[in-house]
Amino acid sequence: MKLSGRLSLSLTAIILVLSGCKEPSLLKADEQLVKIGHAAPLTGTQAHIGKDNENGVRLAIEEANSAGITIGGKKIIFQLLSEDDQADPKNGTIVAHKLADAEINGMIGHLNSGTTIPASRVYHDAGIPQISPSATNPRYTQQGFKSAFRTMANDEQQGRLLGQFATKHLLAKRIAIIDDRTAYGQGLADEFEKSVKSNGGIIVAREFTTDKSTDFRAILTAIKGNQPDLLFFGGMDPQGGPLMRQVRSLGITAQFLSGDGLYTPEFIKLAGVSSEGAYSSLPGVPLEKMPNGLAFRDKYRAKYNRDIQLYAPFCYDAVNIMIEAMKRADSVKPEKYLPELVKTDYSGVTARIMFDERGDLKAGAITFYRVRNGKWEVAETLSSTPLQSSLTETQSDKKKPE
Amino acid sequence: MDIFLQQIINGLVLGSIYALVALGYTMVYGILGLINFAHGEIVMIGAMISLAAIQAMTGFALPGPVIVLMGLLIAIPACMLLGYGIERVAYRPLRRAPRLAPLITAIGVSIVLQNIAMIIWGRQYIAFPPLLPEDTYTIAGASITLLQIFIFLLATAIMAGLIFLVQKTRLGRTMRATAQNPEVAGLMGVNVNNVISSTFIIGSALAAVAGLMVSAYYGLAHYYMGFLLGLKAFSAAVLGGIGNLGGAMLGGLLLGVIESLGAGYIGPLTGGVLGSHYQDVFAFFVLILVLIFRPSGLLGERTSERP
Repeated sequence: MKLSGRLSLSLTAIILVLSGCKEPSLLKADEQLVKIGHAAPLTGTQAHIGKDNENGVRLAIEEANSAGITIGGKKIIFQLLSEDDQADPKNGTIVAHKLADAEINGMIGHLNSGTTIPASRVYHDAGIPQISPSATNPRYTQQGFKSAFRTMANDEQQGRLLGQFATKHLLAKRIAIIDDRTAYGQGLADEFEKSVKSNGGIIVAREFTTDKSTDFRAILTAIKGNQPDLLFFGGMDPQGGPLMRQVRSLGITAQFLSGDGLYTPEFIKLAGVSSEGAYSSLPGVPLEKMPNGLAFRDKYRAKYNRDIQLYAPFCYDAVNIMIEAMKRADSVKPEKYLPELVKTDYSGVTARIMFDERGDLKAGAITFYRVRNGKWEVAETLSSTPLQSSLTETQSDKKKPE
Repeated sequence: MDIFLQQIINGLVLGSIYALVALGYTMVYGILGLINFAHGEIVMIGAMISLAAIQAMTGFALPGPVIVLMGLLIAIPACMLLGYGIERVAYRPLRRAPRLAPLITAIGVSIVLQNIAMIIWGRQYIAFPPLLPEDTYTIAGASITLLQIFIFLLATAIMAGLIFLVQKTRLGRTMRATAQNPEVAGLMGVNVNNVISSTFIIGSALAAVAGLMVSAYYGLAHYYMGFLLGLKAFSAAVLGGIGNLGGAMLGGLLLGVIESLGAGYIGPLTGGVLGSHYQDVFAFFVLILVLIFRPSGLLGERTSERP
């Protein structure tokens, strides 16, 4: 205990230094600090996607700061408070409480449905508006929380179109499903299964894995015996990559389809040549087709010296939607700008974004991508209102059997 | 029947990797009575270093297998050094401390290694370049790749070599003597510190091989990969009887096969009540059963006599 005096002194000094540079007391009289919270897995198996989300949020915040936004007569300084939820529902609520205690003005996140849903209660109770860039499980917006929004189509919308795509466009009859038992993977797979059945397809196998596995040979062997012509996976790329590789090495020739979790460059890297011909879906319109999409991609690449993994554009849009709502309300107070958030009509880099009464996207389009020569290419865009497809050039040769 | 055979093949290949890692746990436990929880992380570092070396060498016009072999030859000494360093820094100063202390430093080392790897190699998954032949053979309806055959044979050869080392060489004799009683062994002229260091060094070399095998087999490496693999291998060592070399091998192979069969058949057998995501539960259920009826594991004959 001899050291305790010196220790506490130095700790105090450290705390002073750390907090000093951020405290509002150092702001000029006509400036105001606005804290934007963010949470995603920054460690663990999905850390690369979590970091990508954080990068998307940071890019939007830095742009807003350099643009110099004035709200309520004060110059706004945005500050990012980013937390690591480890993709674990338990940690999700812990960091949510931490952020709520820090009195953030708005929340972007979380990444996973499993963390977003329990955390959303914390933000709701604290009156903090929350926009998740990537949680797709329908339950998130069905809890009656007025504070919960998302910038991505939910699993009902996405699963329905995935099922239509599998049966009507890829002409699959016998379909096998694997999911990773997370709120996202299971939710998407369930909606997909419903949609396949209502479109006349047959589910020949339903197998499960976890979001930490790398060995799928056992379940794939079981699936092989059922001779499916299409295999659907509900999960993320750390599992999807090795899964795809093992599918082909076991000699399964079925087509491969999955949701947004696999639409990453990482998936192709991990699956190698096995990924050729695999399909995935991503809510929104292809980046190349959006007015500012390519500009965003180039900015991101220039700043972080790497390619967008997955949800960074959705994070970027989410921050901008929040800032726009603050501008319209002329206030950064959650209770003041929340009514404006509901009325959002914003043309972002992913899509034109409007919320319905629950906080879900109105009529989100979904784009299907396919791996060709080691790159994701646009295969088709479907709209989540009755089946209308805007076909692109790759549609005609897609129907050929592989 | 071909499905059953395929599951057995899957299980044996997976199990031989488990066994190789389990040996590292069991060797250290046999001699020190310590569970080296950082062992899974040494496997991860082995995979990372060999992959980094392989990536650096892909520029040269060498045949794929040669590059992989050279990656392994770089990773093995690096891991040996790491294993030696971990023992010196984290375990040796605590050799006379209460048993919980080295357990906690073990977990600490494991977290430190994970984070160092995260800083060096990043959060991205690192893909294994397609250097190895992907020939597939079909035997009675089941497919087996050249890589699978090679992994199984190499693991078996290494285990046989290890048994030879422990049973037939001078170093092996001093290891067995130290395992029985380090103090008496010391009095008989055995340099106990050297023996313990050698144990860590050998275990780490096995970990490096296992690390390369895992990353080649699944086509990826990640700073987090050691955790679950370490846990499974540790369970395999306990299943076979921790401290017993043959037990670790048997435990590893059994765990691999049980997992494969469990995942393949648990769904149909229970009529869909339990799905294939219960494969780990199934494996650990078997582990619990074995421990109830044979607390020292399948081949473990005695629990550690030392306090």
